[in-house]
Amino acid sequence: MVTAPASVPYERYSPEPAHWWLARVLSDLGKQSGLGADDVDGLCVSSFTLFPDTAAGLTQHFGLTPRWLDHVPTGGASGVITLRRAARAVQSGDASVVACISGDTNHVDSFRAMLTTFSRFSQDASYPYGSGGPNGSFSLMTSRYMDAYGVKREDFGKLCVAQRDNALKYPHAMMKKPLTLDEYMSARLIADPIVLYDCVMPCAGAEAYLVMREEDARAQNLPYAHILSTVERHNSYPDDPVQIRGGWALDKDEFWSMAGISPGDVDLLQTYDDYPVISAMQMEDLGFCEKGSVSEFIQSNTFTYDGTFPHNTSGGQLSVGQAGAAGGFLGLVEAIRQLTGGAEQNAVPDAQYAAVSGFGIINFDRGLCSGAAILGRT
Amino acid sequence: MTDALKRPPKKDPQKRTNSPTLPPYARSRKAIAFTLAAAEGRFALQVCAECEHVTYPAREVCPKCWSMELEWRDIPDGGKLISETTLRTSVNSYFRERMPWRIGTIQLDAGPTVLAHIHGDVGEFERVRMIARTDKSGQGVMLALPEKETPNMADDRQLRALTCNPKYRRALVTDGRTELGQRMVKALADAGATRIFVGIAEKWRPYEGSEALEAIPGVEIMPLDITDTISVNELAAEMGDKADILINTAEYVRPGSVMQRHGVTLARDEMETNYFGLMRLIQAFGPGMKARGADGDNSACAWVNLLSVYSLSNWPVYGTTSASQAAALSLSQCLRGEFAGSGVKVINVLFGPLEESWRQPLPPPKVTPQRLADTVIHALTQGIENVTLGPVAEDVVRRYKEDPFVLERELTQINQGM
Amino acid sequence: MNETNALQALAGALTSGSIVTVDLTHTLDPDFPVIVLPPEFGQCARFRVEEVSRYDERGPAWYWRNFTCSEHTGTHFDAPIHWISGKDLPDAAVDSIPADAFVRPVCVIDCSQESADDEDFLLTPEFIVAWEQTHGVIPEGSWVLMRTDWSKRSGAEYLNMRDDGAHTPGPTGDAVKLLVEERKIIGFGTETVGTDAGQATHLSPPYPAHYLLHGAGKYGLQCLANLDELPPTGAILVCPPLKIKNGSGSPLRVLALVDRSAA
Repeated sequence: MVTAPASVPYERYSPEPAHWWLARVLSDLGKQSGLGADDVDGLCVSSFTLFPDTAAGLTQHFGLTPRWLDHVPTGGASGVITLRRAARAVQSGDASVVACISGDTNHVDSFRAMLTTFSRFSQDASYPYGSGGPNGSFSLMTSRYMDAYGVKREDFGKLCVAQRDNALKYPHAMMKKPLTLDEYMSARLIADPIVLYDCVMPCAGAEAYLVMREEDARAQNLPYAHILSTVERHNSYPDDPVQIRGGWALDKDEFWSMAGISPGDVDLLQTYDDYPVISAMQMEDLGFCEKGSVSEFIQSNTFTYDGTFPHNTSGGQLSVGQAGAAGGFLGLVEAIRQLTGGAEQNAVPDAQYAAVSGFGIINFDRGLCSGAAILGRT
Repeated sequence: MTDALKRPPKKDPQKRTNSPTLPPYARSRKAIAFTLAAAEGRFALQVCAECEHVTYPAREVCPKCWSMELEWRDIPDGGKLISETTLRTSVNSYFRERMPWRIGTIQLDAGPTVLAHIHGDVGEFERVRMIARTDKSGQGVMLALPEKETPNMADDRQLRALTCNPKYRRALVTDGRTELGQRMVKALADAGATRIFVGIAEKWRPYEGSEALEAIPGVEIMPLDITDTISVNELAAEMGDKADILINTAEYVRPGSVMQRHGVTLARDEMETNYFGLMRLIQAFGPGMKARGADGDNSACAWVNLLSVYSLSNWPVYGTTSASQAAALSLSQCLRGEFAGSGVKVINVLFGPLEESWRQPLPPPKVTPQRLADTVIHALTQGIENVTLGPVAEDVVRRYKEDPFVLERELTQINQGM
Repeated sequence: MNETNALQALAGALTSGSIVTVDLTHTLDPDFPVIVLPPEFGQCARFRVEEVSRYDERGPAWYWRNFTCSEHTGTHFDAPIHWISGKDLPDAAVDSIPADAFVRPVCVIDCSQESADDEDFLLTPEFIVAWEQTHGVIPEGSWVLMRTDWSKRSGAEYLNMRDDGAHTPGPTGDAVKLLVEERKIIGFGTETVGTDAGQATHLSPPYPAHYLLHGAGKYGLQCLANLDELPPTGAILVCPPLKIKNGSGSPLRVLALVDRSAA
């Protein structure tokens, strides 16, 4: 039901507009699947920097005549949520083949410009206080989370180091220099307690995949994965003074019962990782460990592609780079690759089930959108 | 604890003066009401008129009951610091130049949690007292202060950036001939201003209090007649680069309505001082102050206009003076627009009848010159831009905020002293 | 000598320098003192000047300014219509005064020592008569100037204001009567800010110079300078005010022609 994972190699800065990056990933999707404009009858787009266009304008630009169209503005949760929307469209017969594409450009200074106008609440109530962007909000969350649950910097460091190890085996990762825990522990502070290696590097890039019926994938000879379960939630726990849990905690029972498996069955987890604190939170709130025990969980597992708990096997955004909304697709596209034989050096052996989760839109002091999906190998 | 501010050294003539950079200024229209409250020194958030829920950031609708009736009300300023960070990088030039910068999450007693700047004397997880002030971009922000006064508290760099503290600054008082001018000078000296330039027009006319004025530490008497363009320009050429604070104490007040005026000569004199005088000062001193908004610890920081509250709405008993004051108020709004982006605040003090000779027949309650001077110092040290002083002014402003057209009717109905 | 010959002689004397021109005028300066009246009265406007352009975007090749002032700012001329006593006289405004009044012989009564000794010095008929014993009787139709050297004062010393008003010299009512009624002068001038003494409001009549001079159709000059460069008699005063319609007075340039041998 989900197929053709495509990733365009990222660039730190690009003079090209978002349109170029989306076009490029669509082109790659076509080459990979053998499908063209006449075959694709659904389009779902996620991008922050496409202004003044939306998905609608892109149909003409890309020569598509889809009978189903969506534009998903949920940032880091857009991979999972796009999947959810596209799968429902295919399931209900509104579309046969949905191209889910995401991408953003990164001009010099465009990150600052995007922070400035990211959202009304951040413009009114967060950006004026030091303009740290998500660094500021996440450092306040991280600080509170560490205090609440006894999480240590070493725990975050272990996740970051493992992701860098994974990135060394993933060809498109921007970060190619090995990272040690010592380097992490002595890294430059960005916003206490967040250090340089806790932060992603904004860059330009694009990610995409196709959603279609199983028989159509087979007819096209495309390797594919099943969608077992998806959930999404927005503005969860609005009365928590500082965010130390996410929407997954509200939805996890339904999530696992829909999938028909338990957390122990999962072979790899792709979390949304713009900061390691949010990866740790996802591990807890999706039920991979008890709330409050993530420090112990991290210390008793290894997180490389060949470890006891393979996590962000391409290196995640922390090591691949954050290409705007494509950051929300990165883990999902990597999970499809892992389950369809597309992963190479970083392949998780015998991977049957992958969990993917997303988290997005730091509107003021917290992320609003959360989602998760379970994919299974056929 | 905050280190005491040191007196800034004399300017190094080989060093370039920093251009003012700004914290982010974009705000939604709803949030401008927060900026207004901050400019008035009030800590106000939206409160739902139907369910009393206090909400933040500024919204269009109550998130609890979906009522559209969200009112900006003063709310309790207590809270607790529940999470903090020290930013060490920023994409914004203003903060980048001032790193590291401490911010935190405050759980307000009134309900919401907010992001705020933090005074250096606030300890981890301590209780705080919140203030809202306009920042260098002219927009409202919050600062968490220690709950109790601390030594050198006003010298904290985050607080000083939001205020116009006269300590170690140099001020120009445009008219020192009056009791008001002289009280203003003394109050500035007491507040720690290092040099106070005092404008005296027509030195060939003696004035009361001149000896005591000249004896105030830091005072330098300068020839200045704001009705004379040449005089204003000459003074600006002489000391305009040292005007960190400008307080326009010159005023021209005469009782009388338009029909009582008999010609325009007096009205023209009113305009020469109250309107054109202000314009001359702005043209001569404004550009220099605007360029010095980020000039270190004694940067240019405030332009203070003292205006009759009848600048808001004409009181025919002082009809033509009210008109000239209205013109001055309008000009001060233009100045606020021109100073936007410079970090220099325009402080407007609207006062009720002043205890001075041209308002002598008016009944109490009146504002003494001492009170007005003290109020200006308070506005400067607190960084408050809109000040209303005295029961009469408070009454007029309250009515003005309720409905300026009803106020106009009230001030012009029969038996309003005409 | 016929008239043509007199003018030719004057022309020759001017070009040869045997007759010199003395400027009796203060510079029009925004900070030059003007008379100060009780504040509830209308006030004399100060001299003010505003640029119209100065080789800039307002006028690229030219410099010019607008100035504003009172009819009684700086060195100025008082017409009879200035005072209530002269309000109904014919030809009493600056535009209707016969032009011959503006070029006349001038007598200078030196009161400089007396004024230095007493800032409220009053010029009396006796003082005038004593002066005449030395310099001859004041000719009919002359200007009479009271020299006090007050023009050498500056700043607060000039108006010499105290809590009870200004303290500057001037004439008594009887002195003015003598000049107007018996000597039939054409006008009276001073170095101080007015033709009257600083405390003249307490004389009888109040402000006698203004009241009596203008009531009799005579003229006034004030804020004069350089009177010490004039001889007691024999000089010619040139003092044409601006021709302002119905004007009560006017700032002006006041000149004196002086025989160098007498100066």
